[in-house]
Amino acid sequence: MKLKFLWGMFLAIILTLAAAAQVVQPPGQMTPIDTTAAAPALAPPTDVVAKDTPDDAGGSISITWKRSVEDMEGKRGFGGYSILRGTSPEGPFEVIGETSGGGDEANNEYKTYLDNNAVDGVKYYYVIEAKMGDSVAKSAASKAVMASQQWFNFGLTNMFIATVFLISAILFYISSAKAGKKLYIRKIAGLEAVDEAVGRATEMGKKIFFIPGTQDMDNVQTIAGLTILGRVARLTAEYEARIDVPVSRSLVMVTAREIVKESYLNVGRPDAYNDDMVYYLTDDQFGYAAGIDGLVVRQKPATIFYQGAFYAESLILAETGNSIGAIQIAGTAMPAQLPFFVAACDYTLIGEELFAASAYLSREPKLLGSLKGQDLGKAAIILALLIGFIIQITGLFNFASLFSVSGG
Amino acid sequence: MKREVPLLIAGIVGTVLVIQYFIPHAPFGTLNNVFSDWFSIIQATAIWLGALNLIKVAGDKVYKRQKDWQFSLVIILCFMLMVIVGFFLSGGRRFLDAGTPFSWLYDNVYNPLVSMMFALLAFFVASASYRAFRARNKEATVLLLAAFFVMLGRVPLGDAMTGWLPTWLHMSNIASWIMNVPNLAGQRAIMIGIALGIVSTSLRMILGIERSYLGGE
Repeated sequence: MKLKFLWGMFLAIILTLAAAAQVVQPPGQMTPIDTTAAAPALAPPTDVVAKDTPDDAGGSISITWKRSVEDMEGKRGFGGYSILRGTSPEGPFEVIGETSGGGDEANNEYKTYLDNNAVDGVKYYYVIEAKMGDSVAKSAASKAVMASQQWFNFGLTNMFIATVFLISAILFYISSAKAGKKLYIRKIAGLEAVDEAVGRATEMGKKIFFIPGTQDMDNVQTIAGLTILGRVARLTAEYEARIDVPVSRSLVMVTAREIVKESYLNVGRPDAYNDDMVYYLTDDQFGYAAGIDGLVVRQKPATIFYQGAFYAESLILAETGNSIGAIQIAGTAMPAQLPFFVAACDYTLIGEELFAASAYLSREPKLLGSLKGQDLGKAAIILALLIGFIIQITGLFNFASLFSVSGG
Repeated sequence: MKREVPLLIAGIVGTVLVIQYFIPHAPFGTLNNVFSDWFSIIQATAIWLGALNLIKVAGDKVYKRQKDWQFSLVIILCFMLMVIVGFFLSGGRRFLDAGTPFSWLYDNVYNPLVSMMFALLAFFVASASYRAFRARNKEATVLLLAAFFVMLGRVPLGDAMTGWLPTWLHMSNIASWIMNVPNLAGQRAIMIGIALGIVSTSLRMILGIERSYLGGE
């Protein structure tokens, strides 16, 4: 009786374990495998087209094919594609890359692969191999294709037209200005205040600080800032005021020295110029901010100019200057820093005003002409915005697509 | 000659760089990288000019016992410390490798100091906002209201206060609308102006009309 009970218990445990194993085992493993059956046929990729990648500097071929049926149906176990390349349609072909399943964004039925290791001028043939488990299915070889370099990037045609239009407009107004045509330029308060700011420092017998930003000479904002330095240095030379230019880049230091020196020479005060007016602090962003803050707090300049490219240090600098009561004129084309300068400085040159400073301060007709050309460009953009707005809401066609670029 | 040569170089390099943007074919396609490499080499070489100038200016101040010369002494000592530790005390390893004395100074002295400077921003933002957001006139009042909605919409309290209103009136949605519509439109207008300004300035430099960056008018 006891033995029967134990045997019954043993069987019950075995049955329970077997049932539990059925629950936890993946259903796929439960299916008996018929090893004699043939592996399901895998449909090969079709329509393999290889072409030279457009608008590039050569060395690249784009291969497009119609996806395998198994890939399109999203069958489990589909292992993607191998890309094979050969120099003859009969082969041999070698694998040059792998890519997963799934289609292109533009056309989901097709898949594209870029072979960026092609040699210009060599004929290539491509075969695409679909993989699923142990099965593979090869496509037919593509037609011969050669990579080559292009002489014009057609993906940038709209940009090219806009550039030509803008350059033509600027050149036209420069020639008009040269011919003596009077050009009206609106007042820019920040630039009008330069003379007043330098005069104030002179009267108070205090220094003027000129901070040309934290970027190097390859940044156009730094160059635009330095053009203002030329004007400020001229005024300090005329008024016999003292100017300090602490910089964060060696090349900016060399350029700023040349500018200040030339300005002092032009005013006839070379004796008043000293190389130490322009000095280097550090390349480090916050080290530079700390250095200037220290100088500002200790020397209490009457006027501070911030002209150039600034990042997070903008507010640290401007608030310190504000705390000592200095008159501050800032100018930058960094949209994220403009609110900080507006909040902490007396005057701020907003974006394009920084680039207009040189023309505005010198009043040279040729430079003023370039500003008018710029205005024509702005008018064209406003017109495009208005037309685009109407076309987009009426749904006539996708106007915005005219402005998309590729391969720049 | 001192003016003409730099102007010629600026003109040729500027023109070539504009052309290469539209022409991928050799030699144009790679010129941008070539010029960038050249600039990096010049920049790296010029760092010595800055370092030597720093030591010279600070050394002069210390030597002549000018006002606040003590700060200049700190600059010289710190500069020498980092140079000596980096060059001579790295024990055959690269000076920035973990475990070197230079790396220790970098992680435990330099980095905390930089973080401290960055952290100052929080206080400066508060003081600047206090001045900027005072309702002195109509424009400043609009700014104040916009800032109020955006700040409140960025914290959970904003939505908790407006949860009973229709979804589009939830504070986070109002904040997002302010940031994505009027704010973005204004920013884009500024950026268009900046882009045109850059084209115009570059063209002036390429044509040699803009000479003030070489000194003088």
